[in-house]
Amino acid sequence: MDTSRRDFLTGAATVAGIAASGDVAHAEDHHQELPSDVALRVKSLESLLVEKGIVDSAALDALVDAYEHKIGPRNGARVVARAWVDPAYKQRLLANGTAAIAELGYGGSNGVDLRVLENSATVHNLVVCTLCSCYIWAILGLPPVWYKSAPYRSRAIIDPRGVLSEFGTVLPENVEVRVWDSTAEQRYLVLPEPPAGTEGLSEEALAALVTRDAMIGVAKVTPPQTGGRG
Amino acid sequence: MNGIHDMGGMQDMGPIKYENNEPVFHATWEGRVYAMSAAVTATRKLRLGLRPPIENLSAAEYLRMTYYELWLTSLTERLVASGLVTRAELESGRAAPGSTKAAVAVSPAGAVAAIFQVPARREESVTPRFQAGQPVRARNINPVTHTRLPRYARGRVGTIYRDHGVFGFMDTNAYGLSDKPQHLYSVRFSARELWGEQAAPQDSVFVDLYDDHLEHA
Repeated sequence: MDTSRRDFLTGAATVAGIAASGDVAHAEDHHQELPSDVALRVKSLESLLVEKGIVDSAALDALVDAYEHKIGPRNGARVVARAWVDPAYKQRLLANGTAAIAELGYGGSNGVDLRVLENSATVHNLVVCTLCSCYIWAILGLPPVWYKSAPYRSRAIIDPRGVLSEFGTVLPENVEVRVWDSTAEQRYLVLPEPPAGTEGLSEEALAALVTRDAMIGVAKVTPPQTGGRG
Repeated sequence: MNGIHDMGGMQDMGPIKYENNEPVFHATWEGRVYAMSAAVTATRKLRLGLRPPIENLSAAEYLRMTYYELWLTSLTERLVASGLVTRAELESGRAAPGSTKAAVAVSPAGAVAAIFQVPARREESVTPRFQAGQPVRARNINPVTHTRLPRYARGRVGTIYRDHGVFGFMDTNAYGLSDKPQHLYSVRFSARELWGEQAAPQDSVFVDLYDDHLEHA
């Protein structure tokens, strides 16, 4: 990265506001380091909305902080681990996901409508939003880029076994695959199977094994020694 | 609309690109776009849903833009369509001289609380048109407006798996038009009904569809 170029662009950003000179537009190629055209447009929009009393910058900070530090897959993992160790909780979770996650402090009274889908040795559930990016934000946070991308959205619905194998999840032929297309305001969470050999683990240790990918249904939860991704 | 966003079943979109240890936002501006959208939505002053402006983009633009670029486009279109800002203000980055301050901004606590308030379920009592176990056909409709009935399901026969209850109808309320509260169902289609013999016989696809999307089969 060329410092004088960065200084030039920062200066240009300050002076010209959202002006997109050829150089600034080119900065999209280096968006980690340079204020890109889109970053400048966003800054300009925020200052306009603050000036007009439509948003409060502190509220934006709070929202970003909530997703970066409070709402995320660790919350979903806690729900899954509780269901693994507490059969009565699991029953309540499968019967009424919304109420059961509220027991652990997630969601809200006027919150998301959640259905929980249980994976087993014979049934494998997989969640997709073919039209956009619906996802159980309340306990998984914001979806990863691949979940919102054209390759996943287009193929998960027609070739779930092929997509699963790209994630390293190869299912026996006799397993029943159920793909759930989140086309409306009903949200879905996959309850993965507990991995073998973890019977003695504490709820906290189990929660640490549960991945975001397993709660979307593209992966299984693996025992601690083999690791996993996501 | 039969747009590129309705991509379920397409096959030439390339490999899934997986990122290890993916950050919540890849750049500061992405977080600001997300947060502005959420905070403006929480004012309840928007008269247009998130998706219609995105679905109105050309296919080439839609595929070129990143997710939060799509959101930014949608946010500016929604602000203008809802009378909250003008295009001249968007271009200048300043409030028009003499324009009144809206004073509708929600507080930090209110904005975060709104994450969990998704007012989609309705309290109205509406008679369901279908019952669990009943065969249904997804209607063959091709509106040029927003719809939650994906193309791959249209004309196909499935079974009502579950009645989710009464929800606002997003095909119309995305435009601030009639909310048309009605039952939303999980409809189960066999994978072979949708994709033919290439699909495994025991596999199925569940789609959430409203009364207005369905007819008796």
